[in-house]
Amino acid sequence: MSIRADLNITPPVTPVKQRPKPPNRLKHYLTAVLVLLLLWFSAHRTEASFGELFEGMPEMMKLLKEMFPPRWSYFDNIVDGMLDTIRMAWLGTTFGAILSIPVALLCASNISPSRWVYYPVRFLLNLVRTVPDLLMAALFVAIFGIGPFAGMLALTVFSFGLMSKLIYEVMETIDHGPLEAMQAVGANRIQNIVYAVVPQVQAHFMSYLLYTFEINVRAAAVLGLVGAGGIGLFYEATLGFLEYDKTCVIILFTLAIVLIIDYASTKLREKLL
Amino acid sequence: MIKTWDTVVRKPRKKPYRWLIYIALILIYVWAFSGVEFSGLKKTAGKVFSSIVSGIFSPDWGYVYLPDGEDLLRGLLDTLMISILGTFISAILCIPFAFWSARNMSRLRTVSGTGKIILSIVRTFPELVMALIFIKAVGPGSFAGVLALGVHSIGMLGKLYGDEIENIDRGPSEALTASGANKLQTLWFAVLPQVLPGFLSYTLYRFEINMRSASVLGAIGAGGIGVPLIFALSTRHWDRVGIILLGIVVMITITDLFSSAIRRKLV
Repeated sequence: MSIRADLNITPPVTPVKQRPKPPNRLKHYLTAVLVLLLLWFSAHRTEASFGELFEGMPEMMKLLKEMFPPRWSYFDNIVDGMLDTIRMAWLGTTFGAILSIPVALLCASNISPSRWVYYPVRFLLNLVRTVPDLLMAALFVAIFGIGPFAGMLALTVFSFGLMSKLIYEVMETIDHGPLEAMQAVGANRIQNIVYAVVPQVQAHFMSYLLYTFEINVRAAAVLGLVGAGGIGLFYEATLGFLEYDKTCVIILFTLAIVLIIDYASTKLREKLL
Repeated sequence: MIKTWDTVVRKPRKKPYRWLIYIALILIYVWAFSGVEFSGLKKTAGKVFSSIVSGIFSPDWGYVYLPDGEDLLRGLLDTLMISILGTFISAILCIPFAFWSARNMSRLRTVSGTGKIILSIVRTFPELVMALIFIKAVGPGSFAGVLALGVHSIGMLGKLYGDEIENIDRGPSEALTASGANKLQTLWFAVLPQVLPGFLSYTLYRFEINMRSASVLGAIGAGGIGVPLIFALSTRHWDRVGIILLGIVVMITITDLFSSAIRRKLV
Protein backbone atom coordinates (compact mmCIF):
# COMPACT_ATOMS: atom_id res chain seq x y z
CA MET A 1 0.00 0.00 0.00
CA SER A 2 1.34 3.37 -0.89
CA ILE A 3 1.98 6.12 1.54
CA ARG A 4 -0.37 8.35 -0.29
CA ALA A 5 -3.33 6.11 0.37
CA ASP A 6 -2.33 5.85 4.04
CA LEU A 7 -2.42 9.53 4.52
CA ASN A 8 -5.59 9.78 2.51
CA ILE A 9 -4.28 12.34 0.11
CA THR A 10 -5.93 12.58 -3.23
CA PRO A 11 -3.60 13.34 -6.11
CA PRO A 12 -4.02 16.91 -7.26
CA VAL A 13 -6.39 17.36 -10.12
CA THR A 14 -4.55 18.81 -13.05
CA PRO A 15 -6.69 21.54 -14.50
CA VAL A 16 -7.34 21.55 -18.21
CA LYS A 17 -4.50 23.52 -19.65
CA GLN A 18 -5.64 26.65 -21.30
CA ARG A 19 -3.52 28.87 -23.39
CA PRO A 20 -2.63 31.96 -21.41
CA LYS A 21 -4.33 34.99 -22.80
CA PRO A 22 -2.05 37.30 -24.70
CA PRO A 23 -1.29 40.40 -22.68
CA ASN A 24 -3.36 43.42 -23.43
CA ARG A 25 -1.74 45.30 -26.24
CA LEU A 26 -3.83 48.45 -25.93
CA LYS A 27 -1.34 50.21 -23.68
CA HIS A 28 1.48 49.59 -26.14
CA TYR A 29 -0.55 50.92 -29.06
CA LEU A 30 -1.50 54.01 -27.08
CA THR A 31 2.16 54.63 -26.16
CA ALA A 32 3.19 54.22 -29.78
CA VAL A 33 0.51 56.66 -30.93
CA LEU A 34 1.56 59.14 -28.26
CA VAL A 35 5.22 58.93 -29.25
CA LEU A 36 4.39 59.34 -32.93
CA LEU A 37 2.24 62.38 -32.18
CA LEU A 38 5.05 63.88 -30.13
CA LEU A 39 7.54 63.30 -32.93
CA TRP A 40 5.20 64.70 -35.53
CA PHE A 41 4.59 67.78 -33.44
CA SER A 42 8.28 68.35 -32.78
CA ALA A 43 9.09 67.93 -36.45
CA HIS A 44 6.42 70.48 -37.23
CA ARG A 45 7.63 72.86 -34.55
CA THR A 46 11.32 72.72 -35.50
CA GLU A 47 10.43 72.98 -39.18
CA ALA A 48 12.35 69.82 -39.90
CA SER A 49 12.22 68.99 -43.56
CA PHE A 50 14.45 66.42 -45.10
CA GLY A 51 13.92 68.00 -48.48
CA GLU A 52 15.71 71.02 -47.13
CA LEU A 53 18.49 68.80 -45.81
CA PHE A 54 18.99 67.26 -49.25
CA GLU A 55 18.90 70.67 -50.85
CA GLY A 56 21.51 71.79 -48.35
CA MET A 57 23.70 68.77 -49.00
CA PRO A 58 25.68 70.33 -51.86
CA GLU A 59 26.28 73.37 -49.65
CA MET A 60 27.65 71.09 -46.97
CA MET A 61 29.76 69.22 -49.48
CA LYS A 62 31.17 72.52 -50.67
CA LEU A 63 32.04 73.34 -47.07
CA LEU A 64 33.76 70.01 -46.61
CA LYS A 65 35.65 70.50 -49.86
CA GLU A 66 36.86 73.86 -48.64
CA MET A 67 38.05 72.23 -45.46
CA PHE A 68 40.40 69.94 -47.34
CA PRO A 69 43.30 70.03 -47.65
CA PRO A 70 43.84 71.46 -44.15
CA ARG A 71 46.27 74.37 -44.00
CA TRP A 72 48.94 72.86 -41.77
CA SER A 73 50.90 76.08 -41.45
CA TYR A 74 48.14 77.38 -39.17
CA PHE A 75 49.08 74.72 -36.65
CA ASP A 76 51.77 76.87 -35.00
CA ASN A 77 49.24 79.61 -34.22
CA ILE A 78 46.85 77.36 -32.32
CA VAL A 79 49.25 75.40 -30.11
CA ASP A 80 49.08 78.10 -27.43
CA GLY A 81 45.30 78.13 -27.55
CA MET A 82 45.20 74.38 -27.17
CA LEU A 83 47.56 74.46 -24.20
CA ASP A 84 45.31 77.11 -22.62
CA THR A 85 42.35 74.78 -23.11
CA ILE A 86 44.15 71.94 -21.34
CA ARG A 87 45.24 74.25 -18.52
CA MET A 88 41.69 75.51 -18.05
CA ALA A 89 40.34 71.97 -17.95
CA TRP A 90 43.03 70.76 -15.54
CA LEU A 91 42.68 73.62 -13.05
CA GLY A 92 38.89 73.64 -13.30
CA THR A 93 38.82 69.91 -12.56
CA THR A 94 41.19 70.30 -9.61
CA PHE A 95 39.29 73.12 -7.94
CA GLY A 96 35.93 71.52 -8.64
CA ALA A 97 37.13 68.26 -7.12
CA ILE A 98 38.47 69.97 -3.99
CA LEU A 99 35.20 71.84 -3.50
CA SER A 100 33.16 68.71 -4.05
CA ILE A 101 34.65 66.80 -1.10
CA PRO A 102 32.94 68.69 1.76
CA VAL A 103 29.69 68.95 -0.17
CA ALA A 104 29.68 65.24 -0.97
CA LEU A 105 30.21 64.49 2.72
CA LEU A 106 27.17 66.62 3.53
CA CYS A 107 25.09 64.93 0.82
CA ALA A 108 25.78 61.29 1.65
CA SER A 109 22.91 60.04 3.78
CA ASN A 110 25.11 57.73 5.89
CA ILE A 111 27.68 60.38 6.82
CA SER A 112 25.72 63.60 6.83
CA PRO A 113 24.61 64.84 10.27
CA SER A 114 20.89 64.73 9.54
CA ARG A 115 18.34 64.67 6.78
CA TRP A 116 17.74 68.36 7.42
CA VAL A 117 21.22 68.88 6.01
CA TYR A 118 21.41 66.49 3.11
CA TYR A 119 18.10 67.14 1.40
CA PRO A 120 18.62 70.92 1.05
CA VAL A 121 22.27 70.47 -0.02
CA ARG A 122 21.28 67.92 -2.64
CA PHE A 123 18.62 70.27 -3.92
CA LEU A 124 21.17 73.09 -4.30
CA LEU A 125 23.53 70.68 -6.04
CA ASN A 126 20.81 69.77 -8.53
CA LEU A 127 20.29 73.44 -9.26
CA VAL A 128 24.02 73.89 -9.92
CA ARG A 129 24.01 70.96 -12.33
CA THR A 130 21.11 72.25 -14.42
CA VAL A 131 22.96 75.39 -15.52
CA PRO A 132 24.85 74.51 -18.72
CA ASP A 133 28.61 75.22 -18.65
CA LEU A 134 28.52 77.53 -21.64
CA LEU A 135 26.09 79.85 -19.85
CA MET A 136 28.25 79.81 -16.77
CA ALA A 137 31.20 80.78 -18.96
CA ALA A 138 29.22 83.62 -20.51
CA LEU A 139 28.34 84.94 -17.04
CA PHE A 140 31.93 84.71 -15.81
CA VAL A 141 33.19 86.44 -18.94
CA ALA A 142 30.86 89.31 -18.11
CA ILE A 143 32.40 89.57 -14.64
CA PHE A 144 36.07 88.73 -15.14
CA GLY A 145 36.58 89.76 -18.71
CA ILE A 146 37.59 87.72 -21.74
CA GLY A 147 40.24 85.07 -21.10
CA PRO A 148 40.96 81.62 -19.74
CA PHE A 149 40.30 82.65 -16.15
CA ALA A 150 36.55 82.91 -16.78
CA GLY A 151 36.62 79.55 -18.53
CA MET A 152 38.44 77.97 -15.62
CA LEU A 153 35.82 79.24 -13.18
CA ALA A 154 32.99 77.95 -15.37
CA LEU A 155 34.62 74.52 -15.50
CA THR A 156 35.20 74.62 -11.73
CA VAL A 157 31.49 75.08 -11.09
CA PHE A 158 30.60 72.46 -13.68
CA SER A 159 33.04 69.85 -12.32
CA PHE A 160 31.97 70.64 -8.79
CA GLY A 161 28.38 69.72 -9.63
CA LEU A 162 29.34 66.55 -11.45
CA MET A 163 31.98 65.31 -8.97
CA SER A 164 29.84 65.96 -5.89
CA LYS A 165 27.05 63.81 -7.25
CA LEU A 166 29.34 60.96 -8.31
CA ILE A 167 31.26 60.97 -5.01
CA TYR A 168 28.29 61.08 -2.70
CA GLU A 169 26.76 58.16 -4.55
CA VAL A 170 29.97 56.18 -3.96
CA MET A 171 30.04 57.22 -0.30
CA GLU A 172 26.56 55.85 0.19
CA THR A 173 27.66 52.40 -0.96
CA ILE A 174 30.70 52.03 1.33
CA ASP A 175 31.12 49.17 3.77
CA HIS A 176 29.78 50.13 7.20
CA GLY A 177 32.11 47.82 9.16
CA PRO A 178 35.03 50.23 9.47
CA LEU A 179 32.68 53.09 10.39
CA GLU A 180 31.17 51.08 13.23
CA ALA A 181 34.59 49.92 14.41
CA MET A 182 35.82 53.50 14.54
CA GLN A 183 32.76 54.57 16.47
CA ALA A 184 33.20 51.68 18.90
CA VAL A 185 36.71 52.82 19.80
CA GLY A 186 35.47 56.34 20.28
CA ALA A 187 36.57 58.19 17.18
CA ASN A 188 35.07 61.57 16.52
CA ARG A 189 33.45 62.59 13.26
CA ILE A 190 36.65 63.85 11.61
CA GLN A 191 38.64 60.74 12.55
CA ASN A 192 35.77 58.66 11.30
CA ILE A 193 35.89 60.32 7.91
CA VAL A 194 39.68 60.25 7.61
CA TYR A 195 40.22 56.62 8.62
CA ALA A 196 36.98 54.89 7.61
CA VAL A 197 35.50 56.79 4.67
CA VAL A 198 38.47 58.21 2.78
CA PRO A 199 40.38 54.95 2.25
CA GLN A 200 37.27 53.37 0.81
CA VAL A 201 36.42 56.11 -1.66
CA GLN A 202 39.80 57.46 -2.72
CA ALA A 203 40.29 55.14 -5.68
CA HIS A 204 36.82 56.02 -6.98
CA PHE A 205 37.56 59.66 -6.37
CA MET A 206 40.67 59.53 -8.55
CA SER A 207 38.85 57.62 -11.24
CA TYR A 208 36.02 60.16 -11.34
CA LEU A 209 38.55 62.96 -11.32
CA LEU A 210 40.08 61.62 -14.52
CA TYR A 211 36.64 61.09 -16.03
CA THR A 212 35.67 64.69 -15.23
CA PHE A 213 38.94 65.88 -16.74
CA GLU A 214 38.07 64.08 -19.98
CA ILE A 215 34.67 65.77 -20.10
CA ASN A 216 36.20 69.13 -19.24
CA VAL A 217 38.73 69.02 -22.06
CA ARG A 218 35.85 68.59 -24.49
CA ALA A 219 33.82 71.33 -22.83
CA ALA A 220 36.83 73.69 -22.66
CA ALA A 221 37.35 73.32 -26.39
CA VAL A 222 34.08 75.14 -27.08
CA LEU A 223 33.98 77.61 -24.18
CA GLY A 224 36.01 80.02 -26.29
CA LEU A 225 32.93 80.64 -28.40
CA VAL A 226 31.62 82.92 -25.66
CA GLY A 227 35.01 84.47 -25.05
CA ALA A 228 36.35 82.21 -22.31
CA GLY A 229 39.76 81.59 -23.86
CA GLY A 230 41.33 78.49 -25.28
CA ILE A 231 40.97 76.87 -28.67
CA GLY A 232 37.32 77.92 -29.01
CA LEU A 233 38.40 81.48 -29.80
CA PHE A 234 40.05 80.13 -32.91
CA TYR A 235 36.91 78.30 -33.99
CA GLU A 236 35.06 81.57 -33.85
CA ALA A 237 37.78 83.53 -35.67
CA THR A 238 38.33 81.08 -38.52
CA LEU A 239 34.64 80.36 -39.07
CA GLY A 240 33.89 84.06 -39.01
CA PHE A 241 36.44 84.76 -41.74
CA LEU A 242 35.31 81.70 -43.73
CA GLU A 243 38.78 80.14 -43.55
CA TYR A 244 37.56 76.59 -43.38
CA ASP A 245 40.92 75.02 -44.16
CA LYS A 246 42.17 76.54 -40.89
CA THR A 247 39.07 75.34 -39.05
CA CYS A 248 39.85 71.87 -40.25
CA VAL A 249 43.32 72.02 -38.66
CA ILE A 250 41.72 73.09 -35.36
CA ILE A 251 39.17 70.28 -35.51
CA LEU A 252 41.81 67.64 -36.26
CA PHE A 253 44.09 68.95 -33.51
CA THR A 254 41.25 68.96 -30.96
CA LEU A 255 40.32 65.44 -32.00
CA ALA A 256 43.90 64.22 -31.57
CA ILE A 257 44.31 65.80 -28.13
CA VAL A 258 40.95 64.53 -26.87
CA LEU A 259 41.67 61.01 -28.13
CA ILE A 260 45.10 60.99 -26.45
CA ILE A 261 43.70 62.23 -23.14
CA ASP A 262 40.81 59.76 -23.30
CA TYR A 263 43.19 56.89 -23.94
CA ALA A 264 45.61 57.89 -21.17
CA SER A 265 42.87 58.42 -18.63
CA THR A 266 41.13 55.15 -19.48
CA LYS A 267 44.40 53.28 -18.96
CA LEU A 268 45.02 55.06 -15.63
CA ARG A 269 41.48 54.39 -14.46
CA GLU A 270 41.81 50.70 -15.26
CA LYS A 271 44.88 50.64 -13.02
CA LEU A 272 43.11 52.43 -10.20
CA LEU A 273 40.02 50.25 -9.87
CA MET B 1 62.22 37.69 21.23
CA ILE B 2 58.77 39.07 21.65
CA LYS B 3 56.96 39.74 18.46
CA THR B 4 55.80 43.30 18.38
CA TRP B 5 53.17 44.70 16.14
CA ASP B 6 55.80 46.17 13.86
CA THR B 7 57.45 42.83 13.13
CA VAL B 8 54.19 41.01 12.52
CA VAL B 9 52.62 43.52 10.20
CA ARG B 10 55.13 45.29 8.04
CA LYS B 11 54.37 48.72 6.86
CA PRO B 12 53.64 48.66 3.15
CA ARG B 13 56.79 49.59 1.32
CA LYS B 14 56.57 52.81 -0.54
CA LYS B 15 57.35 52.59 -4.18
CA PRO B 16 60.73 54.09 -5.04
CA TYR B 17 59.48 56.20 -7.90
CA ARG B 18 56.71 57.71 -5.83
CA TRP B 19 58.44 61.06 -5.43
CA LEU B 20 58.86 61.28 -9.19
CA ILE B 21 55.09 61.31 -9.55
CA TYR B 22 54.78 64.05 -6.95
CA ILE B 23 57.38 66.18 -8.73
CA ALA B 24 55.63 65.64 -12.05
CA LEU B 25 52.30 66.68 -10.52
CA ILE B 26 53.82 69.84 -9.02
CA LEU B 27 55.38 70.71 -12.37
CA ILE B 28 52.03 70.25 -14.11
CA TYR B 29 50.36 72.61 -11.67
CA VAL B 30 53.10 75.22 -12.04
CA TRP B 31 52.72 74.97 -15.80
CA ALA B 32 48.94 75.23 -15.58
CA PHE B 33 48.94 78.24 -13.30
CA SER B 34 51.53 80.00 -15.42
CA GLY B 35 49.10 80.14 -18.34
CA VAL B 36 45.89 81.14 -16.59
CA GLU B 37 46.85 84.48 -15.20
CA PHE B 38 44.39 86.23 -12.98
CA SER B 39 44.26 89.58 -14.66
CA GLY B 40 42.22 91.10 -11.88
CA LEU B 41 38.58 91.94 -11.93
CA LYS B 42 37.28 94.11 -14.69
CA LYS B 43 36.69 97.65 -13.51
CA THR B 44 33.02 97.20 -14.06
CA ALA B 45 32.98 93.80 -12.36
CA GLY B 46 31.28 94.98 -9.19
CA LYS B 47 28.58 96.79 -11.08
CA VAL B 48 28.06 93.94 -13.51
CA PHE B 49 27.93 91.40 -10.71
CA SER B 50 25.41 93.34 -8.68
CA SER B 51 23.23 93.91 -11.73
CA ILE B 52 23.44 90.22 -12.60
CA VAL B 53 22.39 89.27 -9.10
CA SER B 54 19.61 91.82 -8.92
CA GLY B 55 18.50 90.82 -12.43
CA ILE B 56 18.45 87.15 -11.60
CA PHE B 57 16.51 87.75 -8.41
CA SER B 58 14.01 90.08 -10.01
CA PRO B 59 13.23 88.27 -13.24
CA ASP B 60 11.35 89.90 -16.07
CA TRP B 61 8.05 88.07 -15.60
CA GLY B 62 6.52 89.89 -18.53
CA TYR B 63 8.72 87.85 -20.84
CA VAL B 64 7.16 84.52 -19.86
CA TYR B 65 4.29 84.93 -22.29
CA LEU B 66 3.99 87.50 -25.02
CA PRO B 67 0.95 87.20 -27.24
CA ASP B 68 2.91 87.97 -30.39
CA GLY B 69 6.16 86.31 -31.29
CA GLU B 70 9.14 85.18 -29.26
CA ASP B 71 8.74 84.57 -25.55
CA LEU B 72 10.07 82.27 -22.88
CA LEU B 73 7.48 79.51 -23.19
CA ARG B 74 7.87 79.24 -26.95
CA GLY B 75 11.65 79.20 -26.62
CA LEU B 76 11.49 76.42 -24.06
CA LEU B 77 9.03 74.47 -26.20
CA ASP B 78 11.40 74.78 -29.15
CA THR B 79 14.30 73.55 -27.03
CA LEU B 80 12.24 70.59 -25.84
CA MET B 81 11.22 69.71 -29.38
CA ILE B 82 14.80 70.00 -30.66
CA SER B 83 16.01 67.56 -28.04
CA ILE B 84 13.14 65.09 -28.55
CA LEU B 85 13.65 64.95 -32.29
CA GLY B 86 17.44 64.94 -32.04
CA THR B 87 17.38 62.08 -29.54
CA PHE B 88 14.96 60.11 -31.72
CA ILE B 89 17.10 60.50 -34.83
CA SER B 90 20.25 59.37 -33.02
CA ALA B 91 18.45 56.47 -31.33
CA ILE B 92 17.54 55.11 -34.76
CA LEU B 93 20.80 55.92 -36.53
CA CYS B 94 23.06 54.47 -33.84
CA ILE B 95 21.59 50.95 -33.97
CA PRO B 96 23.67 49.75 -36.97
CA PHE B 97 26.78 51.30 -35.40
CA ALA B 98 26.05 49.52 -32.12
CA PHE B 99 25.81 46.11 -33.83
CA TRP B 100 28.94 46.91 -35.81
CA SER B 101 30.94 47.74 -32.69
CA ALA B 102 29.63 44.90 -30.47
CA ARG B 103 32.33 42.26 -30.10
CA ASN B 104 29.96 39.28 -29.97
CA MET B 105 28.19 40.17 -33.21
CA SER B 106 31.15 39.65 -35.52
CA ARG B 107 33.78 36.99 -35.71
CA LEU B 108 36.71 39.32 -36.34
CA ARG B 109 38.02 41.62 -33.64
CA THR B 110 39.09 44.14 -36.27
CA VAL B 111 35.47 44.67 -37.35
CA SER B 112 34.24 45.62 -33.90
CA GLY B 113 37.46 47.53 -33.29
CA THR B 114 36.94 49.83 -36.27
CA GLY B 115 33.32 50.36 -35.20
CA LYS B 116 34.47 51.43 -31.76
CA ILE B 117 37.04 53.84 -33.19
CA ILE B 118 34.46 55.46 -35.46
CA LEU B 119 32.08 55.91 -32.53
CA SER B 120 34.74 57.52 -30.37
CA ILE B 121 35.67 59.91 -33.17
CA VAL B 122 32.01 60.92 -33.52
CA ARG B 123 31.87 61.34 -29.75
CA THR B 124 34.84 63.68 -29.57
CA PHE B 125 33.70 65.90 -32.42
CA PRO B 126 32.27 68.93 -30.60
CA GLU B 127 28.55 69.30 -31.16
CA LEU B 128 28.83 73.05 -31.51
CA VAL B 129 31.14 72.58 -34.50
CA MET B 130 28.68 70.09 -35.89
CA ALA B 131 25.91 72.62 -35.41
CA LEU B 132 27.98 75.21 -37.29
CA ILE B 133 28.35 72.82 -40.21
CA PHE B 134 24.64 72.01 -40.29
CA ILE B 135 23.77 75.69 -40.08
CA LYS B 136 25.74 76.04 -43.31
CA ALA B 137 23.59 73.36 -44.89
CA VAL B 138 20.06 74.16 -43.73
CA GLY B 139 20.43 77.71 -42.49
CA PRO B 140 20.17 78.93 -38.90
CA GLY B 141 17.21 77.63 -36.94
CA SER B 142 15.88 74.73 -34.95
CA PHE B 143 16.40 72.14 -37.66
CA ALA B 144 20.17 72.69 -37.63
CA GLY B 145 20.10 72.07 -33.88
CA VAL B 146 18.12 68.85 -34.37
CA LEU B 147 20.62 67.56 -36.92
CA ALA B 148 23.62 68.48 -34.77
CA LEU B 149 22.20 66.70 -31.72
CA GLY B 150 21.09 63.77 -33.83
CA VAL B 151 24.52 63.16 -35.32
CA HIS B 152 26.55 63.98 -32.22
CA SER B 153 24.53 61.68 -29.94
CA ILE B 154 25.25 58.69 -32.19
CA GLY B 155 28.72 58.54 -30.65
CA MET B 156 27.64 58.02 -27.09
CA LEU B 157 24.40 56.14 -27.70
CA GLY B 158 26.15 53.76 -30.11
CA LYS B 159 28.73 52.92 -27.48
CA LEU B 160 26.12 52.37 -24.74
CA TYR B 161 23.94 50.27 -27.06
CA GLY B 162 27.01 48.29 -28.09
CA ASP B 163 27.88 47.54 -24.46
CA GLU B 164 24.30 46.40 -23.91
CA ILE B 165 24.54 44.03 -26.89
CA GLU B 166 27.84 42.64 -25.62
CA ASN B 167 26.22 41.75 -22.31
CA ILE B 168 23.35 39.63 -23.64
CA ASP B 169 22.74 36.03 -22.66
CA ARG B 170 23.79 33.66 -25.48
CA GLY B 171 21.20 31.01 -24.52
CA PRO B 172 18.17 32.25 -26.44
CA SER B 173 20.15 32.87 -29.65
CA GLU B 174 21.70 29.39 -29.46
CA ALA B 175 18.29 27.83 -28.86
CA LEU B 176 16.88 29.62 -31.87
CA THR B 177 19.84 28.70 -34.06
CA ALA B 178 19.47 25.08 -32.96
CA SER B 179 15.82 25.06 -33.99
CA GLY B 180 16.77 26.37 -37.41
CA ALA B 181 16.12 30.07 -37.26
CA ASN B 182 17.96 32.26 -39.69
CA LYS B 183 20.12 35.23 -38.71
CA LEU B 184 17.32 37.76 -38.95
CA GLN B 185 14.93 35.66 -36.87
CA THR B 186 17.58 35.18 -34.17
CA LEU B 187 18.12 38.90 -34.09
CA TRP B 188 14.41 39.66 -33.88
CA PHE B 189 13.34 37.04 -31.32
CA ALA B 190 16.46 36.51 -29.18
CA VAL B 191 18.62 39.63 -29.27
CA LEU B 192 16.10 42.43 -29.55
CA PRO B 193 13.86 41.50 -26.58
CA GLN B 194 16.93 41.36 -24.36
CA VAL B 195 18.41 44.68 -25.34
CA LEU B 196 15.27 46.76 -25.81
CA PRO B 197 14.75 47.89 -22.17
CA GLY B 198 18.42 48.89 -21.96
CA PHE B 199 18.20 50.77 -25.25
CA LEU B 200 15.13 52.72 -24.11
CA SER B 201 16.70 53.56 -20.78
CA TYR B 202 19.89 54.87 -22.42
CA THR B 203 17.83 56.86 -24.90
CA LEU B 204 16.01 58.61 -22.07
CA TYR B 205 19.30 59.28 -20.34
CA ARG B 206 20.67 60.80 -23.53
CA PHE B 207 17.50 62.86 -23.81
CA GLU B 208 18.33 64.45 -20.45
CA ILE B 209 21.80 65.36 -21.70
CA ASN B 210 20.48 66.66 -25.01
CA MET B 211 18.08 68.90 -23.16
CA ARG B 212 21.10 70.68 -21.68
CA SER B 213 22.93 70.86 -24.99
CA ALA B 214 19.86 72.16 -26.79
CA SER B 215 19.67 75.09 -24.41
CA VAL B 216 23.19 76.21 -25.37
CA LEU B 217 23.16 75.33 -29.08
CA GLY B 218 21.13 78.48 -29.57
CA ALA B 219 24.21 80.49 -28.68
CA ILE B 220 25.47 79.97 -32.21
CA GLY B 221 22.07 80.28 -33.87
CA ALA B 222 20.75 76.73 -33.80
CA GLY B 223 17.34 77.62 -32.40
CA GLY B 224 15.71 77.15 -29.03
CA ILE B 225 15.97 79.19 -25.87
CA GLY B 226 19.71 79.84 -26.36
CA VAL B 227 19.07 82.44 -29.04
CA PRO B 228 17.19 84.95 -26.82
CA LEU B 229 19.52 84.09 -23.94
CA ILE B 230 22.72 85.03 -25.77
CA PHE B 231 20.99 88.09 -27.09
CA ALA B 232 19.98 89.13 -23.58
CA LEU B 233 23.50 88.41 -22.28
CA SER B 234 25.18 90.52 -24.92
CA THR B 235 22.75 93.41 -24.53
CA ARG B 236 23.01 93.07 -20.72
CA HIS B 237 19.31 92.70 -20.04
CA TRP B 238 20.00 90.93 -16.78
CA ASP B 239 16.37 90.64 -15.69
CA ARG B 240 15.69 88.77 -18.92
CA VAL B 241 18.75 86.58 -18.40
CA GLY B 242 17.34 85.86 -14.96
CA ILE B 243 13.95 84.69 -16.19
CA ILE B 244 15.49 82.60 -18.98
CA LEU B 245 17.92 80.88 -16.61
CA LEU B 246 15.04 80.22 -14.24
CA GLY B 247 13.02 78.77 -17.11
CA ILE B 248 15.90 76.49 -18.16
CA VAL B 249 16.45 75.27 -14.60
CA VAL B 250 12.75 74.51 -14.12
CA MET B 251 12.41 72.77 -17.48
CA ILE B 252 15.53 70.63 -17.04
CA THR B 253 14.48 69.64 -13.53
CA ILE B 254 11.02 68.60 -14.73
CA THR B 255 12.30 66.58 -17.70
CA ASP B 256 14.93 64.90 -15.49
CA LEU B 257 12.30 63.85 -12.95
CA PHE B 258 9.97 62.64 -15.70
CA SER B 259 12.55 60.66 -17.61
CA SER B 260 14.15 59.08 -14.54
CA ALA B 261 10.68 57.97 -13.38
CA ILE B 262 10.16 56.21 -16.71
CA ARG B 263 13.67 54.76 -16.60
CA ARG B 264 13.07 53.27 -13.17
CA LYS B 265 9.99 51.53 -14.56
CA LEU B 266 11.91 50.13 -17.51
CA VAL B 267 14.89 48.56 -15.80
